[in-house]
Amino acid sequence: MNVALFIPCFVNELYPHVAMATAELLEGYGIDVVYPLEQSCCGQPLSNNGDSQGACDAARRFTGVFKDYDYIVSPSGSCTSHVKHHYGWYIADDADYQAMQPRVYEIVEFLQDVLKVDRLPKPVYFPHPVSIHQSCHGLRELGHAAPSELMIPYHSRLERILQLVDGVDVRLPERRDECCGFGGTFSVDEPEVSVAMGEDRVAQHEATGAEFIVGADPSCLMHMGGIIRHKCRPIRPLHIVEILTGRGGAA
Amino acid sequence: MKNDNINHAEAAAAFLQDREQARWHDSAIWWVRQKRDMQAKQLPEWEQLRSLAQQIKAHTLSKLDEYLEQFQRNAEQNGVTVHWASDADEHNRIVHGILAAGGVKKLVKSKSMLTEECGLNPYLEQRGIAVIDTDLGERIVQLRHEPPSHIVMPAIHLKKEQISELFHKELGTEAGNNDPTYLTHAARANLREHFLTADAGLTGVNFAIAETGGVVVCTNEGNADLGTALPPIHIASMGLEKIIPKQEHLGVFTRLLARSAIGSPITTYTSHFQQARPGGQMHIVIVDNGRSDILGNDDFYQSLRCIRCGACMNTCPVYRRSTGHSYSYIIPGPIGSTLGPSRDIKKHGSMAFACTTCGSCSNVCPVKINLHEQLILQRKRAFDAGTLKPAKKMGLLAMRFLTQHPSLLDAGGKLMRKVVPIVPQALTRHSAWSRPGRELPDMPAQSFKEMWQARKENKS
Repeated sequence: MNVALFIPCFVNELYPHVAMATAELLEGYGIDVVYPLEQSCCGQPLSNNGDSQGACDAARRFTGVFKDYDYIVSPSGSCTSHVKHHYGWYIADDADYQAMQPRVYEIVEFLQDVLKVDRLPKPVYFPHPVSIHQSCHGLRELGHAAPSELMIPYHSRLERILQLVDGVDVRLPERRDECCGFGGTFSVDEPEVSVAMGEDRVAQHEATGAEFIVGADPSCLMHMGGIIRHKCRPIRPLHIVEILTGRGGAA
Repeated sequence: MKNDNINHAEAAAAFLQDREQARWHDSAIWWVRQKRDMQAKQLPEWEQLRSLAQQIKAHTLSKLDEYLEQFQRNAEQNGVTVHWASDADEHNRIVHGILAAGGVKKLVKSKSMLTEECGLNPYLEQRGIAVIDTDLGERIVQLRHEPPSHIVMPAIHLKKEQISELFHKELGTEAGNNDPTYLTHAARANLREHFLTADAGLTGVNFAIAETGGVVVCTNEGNADLGTALPPIHIASMGLEKIIPKQEHLGVFTRLLARSAIGSPITTYTSHFQQARPGGQMHIVIVDNGRSDILGNDDFYQSLRCIRCGACMNTCPVYRRSTGHSYSYIIPGPIGSTLGPSRDIKKHGSMAFACTTCGSCSNVCPVKINLHEQLILQRKRAFDAGTLKPAKKMGLLAMRFLTQHPSLLDAGGKLMRKVVPIVPQALTRHSAWSRPGRELPDMPAQSFKEMWQARKENKS
């Protein structure tokens, strides 16, 4: 089985250690990890700003780059969701896309649904309180957890996978899945609202007494991290793969 | 009437200047969302009800012409006069015509977002007819000469102190008495006077039942009942999407409406109007005003399923932190941000961008409108209509190009990583990213692509 890493453009530039942790985690399970060098942005910023031509071109390009791999795995719920659920707006009829679409996974989904892991490659001891950040697209479009709005049985992928980590103390913030306010270009189109939302979110995570905010979407973590840094607060954002590979807390 | 030129980002930034008031607004409305959750949780069949409501509405919209005609036939058989208005102006002319014929000097109105949409109040006032809004929240915003900030809780942007001040000035209540019961009693006494002296009453319509020709109005204050029981003329204005096929379908919607809207099992009053009372007149005005265009649009027709519960506003994290007054269209929040741009993309296109696409609205919606996706699709129209700011459009076109040329995208990324750390903070501090209090992330020495290639070389 080969797995192609889909590393979102901003993760490639700003969070290379998250991408590397994703690769190492997969390799730890004996998987042949490939990183197609010709990949670029998935086109979500174009789509979210109404540039359908640009978004369509990006979708076709992405499909061309990734279609021949067994699985396509990414450490970002939002970018995964764009490929999985919104490319259909642009290239629904594309046979290559139709064949590829079911093989696109966010990393936690892949570990749980395809690899069905019941242990980590290396045992991890992480004796810290962490507050779970459910990022919106992972939550409501990929179904990472039961959204608080829906009256369905509770489940949470992040909580489930953290059960494989020793010593970790998992907490949930008040308003367990409210948006952090990043929203892609929303963060700079409406910066005041975006930061107000982020400040509230960070405060709710802090109120749990957690040392880390743990999520599966680097963009939300970047936004909250920027607010945390501005306020010189001690809580730290952490991507789930950083904990699962035992890198967490070192940074 | 609302100022069409409001820019959401600017208006929201101004609102957020008073962080205390903004926090209060957020928590007050979040509290309603929590009440909604508690009510929904008590019904094991909640998600089934939502699906059923969605299906009934979808079916009705697919045969809307037939159901509207059936409704008209049955209403007319009940002795009701049915009028058709293709747009806001025609609606206002019809209402004025009925009132003028009846020699009406004063109209009492219960809550109707449709008449806000049509701008009925100023139209009638200019023609010498006094219009009194009788829903407490509506009355408050009417006295303040401002539009409602929420479709169910029109004055939710105001604190009791502000209402006390307003009532002191307008109704002569005691200065500084902020007791909500006292203030409500004062408003009631004042409104009672108007109910008794009005010549006609106007209500909105929550549901119009094709099978019976009757309309249903849901209120919590009983003002619709008083407003139709006292004066001899009742006018009910409805958007043409309010139809449901049968009486037996009503229960699905009344069970969802109040729970979604305010977290109550049911509205205090669910009033059924079938015919005029003896000696009186009953008129129903069915309004299109752009709805047929939405019905004919593949991307947006679902928005006509809306039952105006306002749950999408209560859950919207952007709405809660910006108030309804930050939106240019009369209906704010997620549903307004698709209806507004559908009406006029040039005027209201920017509303579609007042959204992080978090998707919470689509999940609370009792008729399962794909709201957050509609907003993304409205952005497509905004882009195509050329309403984006030139700088933003340039940025997107650059991004479009770079997406197709990864080596240039990488070069740009590298440049950013090298340059940002040496730019003085005095310059970055004023960027949209940093201005409201958010630092840039660290710029790593290497991109993942560089790390990956280096690792590969080390391995071989």
